[in-house]
Amino acid sequence: MLAFLLRRIGLLIPTFIGVTVASFGFIRLLPGDPVLLMAGERGLSPERHAALLKEFGFDRPLWVQYWDYLSGIFQGDLGFSLVTKNPVIDEFFTLFPATVELSICAMIFAVALGIPAGMFAAVKRGTAFDHTVMGTALIGYSMPIFWWGLLLIIFFSGILQWTPVSGRISLLYFFPDVTGFMTIDAVLSGQKGALRSALSHLILPTIVLGTIPLAVIARQTRSAMLEVLSEDYVRTARSKGLSALRVVGVHALRNALIPVITTIGLQVGVLLAGAILTETIFSWPGIGKWMVDSIFRRDYPSVQGGLLMIALIVMIVNLIVDLLYGLINPRIRHKEG
Amino acid sequence: MKCRKLMLGALSGALMLSGGAVQAKTLIFCSEGSPEGFDPALYTSGTTFDASSRHIYNKLVEFERGTTKIGPALAESWSISKDGKEYTFKLRKGVKFHTTAFFKPTRDFNADDVVFSFTRQLKKDSPWHKYTAGTSWEYFNGMSMPKLLKDVSKVDDYTVKFTLTRPEAPMIANLGMDFASIMSKEYADKLDKAGNKKDLNQKPIGTGPFKFQAYQKDAVIRYQAHETYWAGKAPIDNLVFAITTDAAVRHQRLKAGECHFNPYPNPADLAAIKKDPALKLPQQEGLNVGYLAYNTTVAPFNNVKVRKALNMAINKQAILDAVFQGAGKAAKNPIPPTIWSYNNAIKDDPYDPAAAKKLLAEAGVKDLSMEIWAMPVQRPYNPNARRMAELLQADFGKIGVKVKIVSYEWGEYLKRSKAKDRKGAVLLGWTGDNGDPDNFLAVLLGCDAVGGANRAQWCNKEFDGLIQKAKVVSDSAARTKLYEQAQVVFKREAPWATIAHSVVFKAMRKEVTGYKIDPFGGHNFYGVDIK
Repeated sequence: MLAFLLRRIGLLIPTFIGVTVASFGFIRLLPGDPVLLMAGERGLSPERHAALLKEFGFDRPLWVQYWDYLSGIFQGDLGFSLVTKNPVIDEFFTLFPATVELSICAMIFAVALGIPAGMFAAVKRGTAFDHTVMGTALIGYSMPIFWWGLLLIIFFSGILQWTPVSGRISLLYFFPDVTGFMTIDAVLSGQKGALRSALSHLILPTIVLGTIPLAVIARQTRSAMLEVLSEDYVRTARSKGLSALRVVGVHALRNALIPVITTIGLQVGVLLAGAILTETIFSWPGIGKWMVDSIFRRDYPSVQGGLLMIALIVMIVNLIVDLLYGLINPRIRHKEG
Repeated sequence: MKCRKLMLGALSGALMLSGGAVQAKTLIFCSEGSPEGFDPALYTSGTTFDASSRHIYNKLVEFERGTTKIGPALAESWSISKDGKEYTFKLRKGVKFHTTAFFKPTRDFNADDVVFSFTRQLKKDSPWHKYTAGTSWEYFNGMSMPKLLKDVSKVDDYTVKFTLTRPEAPMIANLGMDFASIMSKEYADKLDKAGNKKDLNQKPIGTGPFKFQAYQKDAVIRYQAHETYWAGKAPIDNLVFAITTDAAVRHQRLKAGECHFNPYPNPADLAAIKKDPALKLPQQEGLNVGYLAYNTTVAPFNNVKVRKALNMAINKQAILDAVFQGAGKAAKNPIPPTIWSYNNAIKDDPYDPAAAKKLLAEAGVKDLSMEIWAMPVQRPYNPNARRMAELLQADFGKIGVKVKIVSYEWGEYLKRSKAKDRKGAVLLGWTGDNGDPDNFLAVLLGCDAVGGANRAQWCNKEFDGLIQKAKVVSDSAARTKLYEQAQVVFKREAPWATIAHSVVFKAMRKEVTGYKIDPFGGHNFYGVDIK
């Protein structure tokens, strides 16, 4: 198991270097520079432009800037935002809890609905239920997030007035950030109704962000389940007279879950990418919205720092999934270890 | 959830945010973006100014709400020396800085605060000149203050003197701009001592009508009315900025009663807002101009007849209908009608394709092909540059001119369009900073601006002479005359096709009263009430 773990961690090193190069290079590939955008229509004299580029250190050779960035990373320093002048790492961790909170809810929503839906679709293969679930999953998967979000807002918030339009909590409530997780802070504040308000604000963004993972998980569960249900040991279990619930729920599901867990792990990246649009629609102050703003403002340090942090998180989650995979399925561990 | 309808009522009526106020009135502003910081001198964006200078700070002089007229604020009066190089300001007494959870002032506002607020931007040896990472005083620099301002000195506790390197008539208007906000020196000293200078940009202290309470990044900014504000406490008790970047979502929030005010409604939602009995939609001409700048140094656009011919080929009404959807007014001058010295006697070039064709032939130009540059971004003065370029392409096509539309990423666009040898005509525009004609005419068309914001690369001695003269004359009647003449020269020489001034709409709930649209495009809630 240790060798398996070390090998997996070893694989992270080249990925990490690749991520630093990509995050550093990506924003610089875009035309325009932050100084020009800062000045707007007014423009800058070429002298002032050059002076500001020098001041920000953007006049140095790219490899020097990259080296600076890399050495900063190893000291836990991602530089300062060109816009807010705050350390990038502080900005990231201020906003990150909001994204995590939303992503956890979206994942719970996707798993709680996706696994049973996929499982029943497999068991009732070829029936109207199966076709409905898979058809809905396909629609969910292909739905543009922005359009879906606005549609839900107009229907549930505008017409039915069941849910709030956007934000994390009603503006009635005002309490200091303790954990950055609104639901937890609402409980800690002791203010009556705060938790309820925070939860109601989570409903629509959770549905929007969770839709694609839900569709993917449902489809993956169904196909994994179908495969497992045709295995000999399932047939044996059935012929032994075990109840259908026990055969599907205990024997088949456990094995079917292995590829599903990998899928869930991969969905973390999808969630973080989806957060960019979902957070913009719902005015959700998380890292997705922050990244979009930073890209538009060509805030180099924020973009490269933010991308690096997001990539690190996806890498760590996938490492954990890999390890879990090994735990669930001893064959993998033994084969690779 | 139905009770959500009552939310605004509850907020406005009995909000307890301010610690026990019984009838606290809270106004919620669905702002379009996050402020970059709270020290307005560090930034140039209106979103940041709304969140900082327009509520937290005062300036020595300020524009009267809803007008471009400048009047006294922290300075009660001022005098200008005969040579126009010395401005002496008498300061208001008894002005209190904000008392907050993080700062309790021990003294009133005085000359030290004024000197501090300007020297930190002017003097490179000031310990505050580089107080936070990447500090650059872009507006101060953009208004050429380092060249213009020689010194700011304290005469006594309530008198300050600004010494200039040359006479500059728009100086007073410049001091009404956001970068000229007055900070507390006492607070700055306290932060310096605590080794925490960056808080000047994060936890602001000013003398303005609202005091900063809290900012949850990218989500909410909270302010409380300044009880001892020198001009009287604001009618509302709390001001909340609910940051909502998407225009469609802002509209939904306004409708649902989650906010009182939507600063930038979508043109597509205007009809629905007008129909909604719970909402209102005041409008005003914006302090802006959208134009097409020819490169007057490149043939055949160096020929005034060619420029005039093209101008006559433009069907402005069609552009107003298609691009501005009725929310615009045809522009005939380079300054908007809301600015003093606007020359209304000038006649616009008539839309006459036949005459335009003839004029082009007279100029000896045949088979002309040109580029029109379309901005990649939406601006108040041009909500859809691509569409505008297509309409111009069709108009010019009617007089036999072939047009190729080009576009670049915004930063590149701004950079490349400045090039002296640029091919083609550029769509661009300008929103005024200080309501002074100089801020349009000199910045966009002066000889000094060639290679910079003067996209027409147009240096006309007669025009430049007039605006340079107007800069140093302090008599406003004489200045008006000079600017009026300058507009005549501009129209005759046609370095641009002036296209439109946009109309600005503000969507708000019916219960909001006393709001005046700011011609500079800002949002100021002092004087606003909720009935």
